[in-house]
Amino acid sequence: MAKTAVKTRTVAMTGNAGCALAMKQINPDVVAAYPITPQTTIVEEFANYVANGQVDTEYVNVESEHSAMSACIGASAAGARVMTTTSSQGLALMWEELSIASAMRLPIVMHNVNRALSGPINIHCDHSDSMGARDMGWVQLFSENAQEAYDNTIIAMRVAEHEDVLLPVMILHDGFITSHAIDRFDILGDDEVKSFVGEYIPKRTLLDVDDPATFGPFAMPAFYYEQRKALRVALDGAKDVVIKVSKEYGELTGRMYGLFEEYKLDDAELGIIVLGSTAGTAKYVVDRMRVEGVKVGLLKPRLFRPFPSAEIADALSHLKAVAVMDRSDSIGALGGPVYVEVKAALYNSSKRPAVQGYVYGLGGRDTGPDQIETVINDIKKVAGGEEAPRETVTLIGVKE
Amino acid sequence: MATIKELSRKPDLLSGGHRLCAGCGASIAVRQVLLGANTPVVAGSATGCLEVSSTPYPFTAWKVPFIHNAFENSAATISGVEAAYQALKRKGKIDKDIKFVAFGGDGGTYDIGLQSLSGAMERGHNMVYVCYDNGAYMNTGIQRSGATPFGAATTTSPAGKVRAGKPQQRKDLTQIIAAHNIPYAAQASISHWKDLIKKAEKAFTVDGPAFINVLAPCPRGWRVGNDETIEIAKLAVQTGFWPLYEVEDGEWTLNFKPKELKPLVDFLKPQGRFRHLFKPGNEQVLEEFQFQINKNWEMLKKRCGVE
Repeated sequence: MAKTAVKTRTVAMTGNAGCALAMKQINPDVVAAYPITPQTTIVEEFANYVANGQVDTEYVNVESEHSAMSACIGASAAGARVMTTTSSQGLALMWEELSIASAMRLPIVMHNVNRALSGPINIHCDHSDSMGARDMGWVQLFSENAQEAYDNTIIAMRVAEHEDVLLPVMILHDGFITSHAIDRFDILGDDEVKSFVGEYIPKRTLLDVDDPATFGPFAMPAFYYEQRKALRVALDGAKDVVIKVSKEYGELTGRMYGLFEEYKLDDAELGIIVLGSTAGTAKYVVDRMRVEGVKVGLLKPRLFRPFPSAEIADALSHLKAVAVMDRSDSIGALGGPVYVEVKAALYNSSKRPAVQGYVYGLGGRDTGPDQIETVINDIKKVAGGEEAPRETVTLIGVKE
Repeated sequence: MATIKELSRKPDLLSGGHRLCAGCGASIAVRQVLLGANTPVVAGSATGCLEVSSTPYPFTAWKVPFIHNAFENSAATISGVEAAYQALKRKGKIDKDIKFVAFGGDGGTYDIGLQSLSGAMERGHNMVYVCYDNGAYMNTGIQRSGATPFGAATTTSPAGKVRAGKPQQRKDLTQIIAAHNIPYAAQASISHWKDLIKKAEKAFTVDGPAFINVLAPCPRGWRVGNDETIEIAKLAVQTGFWPLYEVEDGEWTLNFKPKELKPLVDFLKPQGRFRHLFKPGNEQVLEEFQFQINKNWEMLKKRCGVE
């Protein structure tokens, strides 16, 4: 256990309760949110904090997720510290507003509790909702468990409001698996969170009636492109800020987070890449196969946007073969979004492993250790010299 | 209310130089509404003629803080601004008294933005919503909306061999919003500036949500001359097409009570969008339209307690 600068308290609560607690400790000026399974318990818990006077937040119970993000945009432009939370169809309904929030450079922090997109309608976990929003100009931080969801919430606020970033941040954790299961994790005291996130001092706000500014103007071809470039530069720059803020948080709590987590990857020949809660199962399988003498390790992406391509390519360069597991399918593409990103990241490297793509667990289909073991055995063949198939995506755990 | 002399000394909060058409009713509506504010104002607008023409980057015609977000969410956006104001005021980070107003055209209000507006009114934000109703999606080239009058020709409800323009009646948005039991809802017209500015003043003064539906003719869409905007708006009021009334805490008041309404055709005839109604074979459509106006007028009078 690393030495920590503050006393932490260990609690047992659901991932959603942890997220609501982090929101309470941040004590944002405005929360505008709409209930949706499996996020609902966050808005309920937060409503209790409001009802009991434990936060100073203006809590806007909007009539849809579109209005949730619209109100967040208005509130953030007005200079408030703003948070919200959603899932799946709610995130889809916000789609139009997501890219307006990032283009207006508004540091809104949002939990998206991962749930499969309709149809057919399904309330269980996969990442199709978050992945559908991956090009919206938001920073995306994935969490494996309740501890990470809690920690990422506090880190996200600092990242979003950092003057080199000023972008919205989406924190992802897995529906039901993380959101509803009771987990044991460590929390900070209210004062520590308050001092870590500090006070938000916006540069320009709508409430400055003495120096009026226009937000959201109409940009013709002569101006639009440069604004989109500015957005790319800012999002790319968020990577360094995520590293910096996570390091500072690690010094405070002893919990160190990077752009991704490497688990027994140093001396590995085979690698598995998976994000979210399944990484926990994958670690168990890695341990089990290590005992059998299989040199396998795990890379768990944490920051998905901006995608740390060069860092991931370097971390994988010594491997013979890598399996990328996606809990969403990019239908019609080469494979799932993580697979496509990883494969593209490796293409220009001279030293690179063979890469195989797997889709798993759509709509909450259980993904057990056996499936992950099958995947590792699959890439073992490729590492052993067998030619990798060109159509490389495999849907695992699906009934034929 | 301020006298016209006093109003003339108030600064124009929407400057000239915007790109709205000559004779556009929207900018007149905005300027009259902002004249009713006696404290600093933060404004927002839905996507539409007003927003596009007033904020071509890097210019802006707004001399007050202004936000445009998207088409259907002017009300939700301003509700968020107002929530931020409440929170920051409570924390002592702001001490000024500021009012909030959201503008939207009829497309952004009656149709795509109705849910957002209804939600904001129900939540009780201290804000004013102003619809500038020109009876169609004018920004995209005159397509029919829920506010387009019965019989009007638009590019998506054209008059043809078997259709006499829009076959449906318009939606009565003012009454829909009044049914939210908000402190203030009113219908006004840019032709009756004194009435409109007074209504804006009331809307900005009440504690809670307020709504004003303002008739703001579009010469392009209505097919009238650029110099006929005010005249045609006046005829809309005088014929009973657009009654002026207000609902204050549930009290209905008719603000314009002519001894007798002018015949509806006085309003329809000058407009190119109704030209086809005056061709032989469409007499029944005109009759039907007049019947609707009479019926609605009688119902409104009853609600307002007018004999």
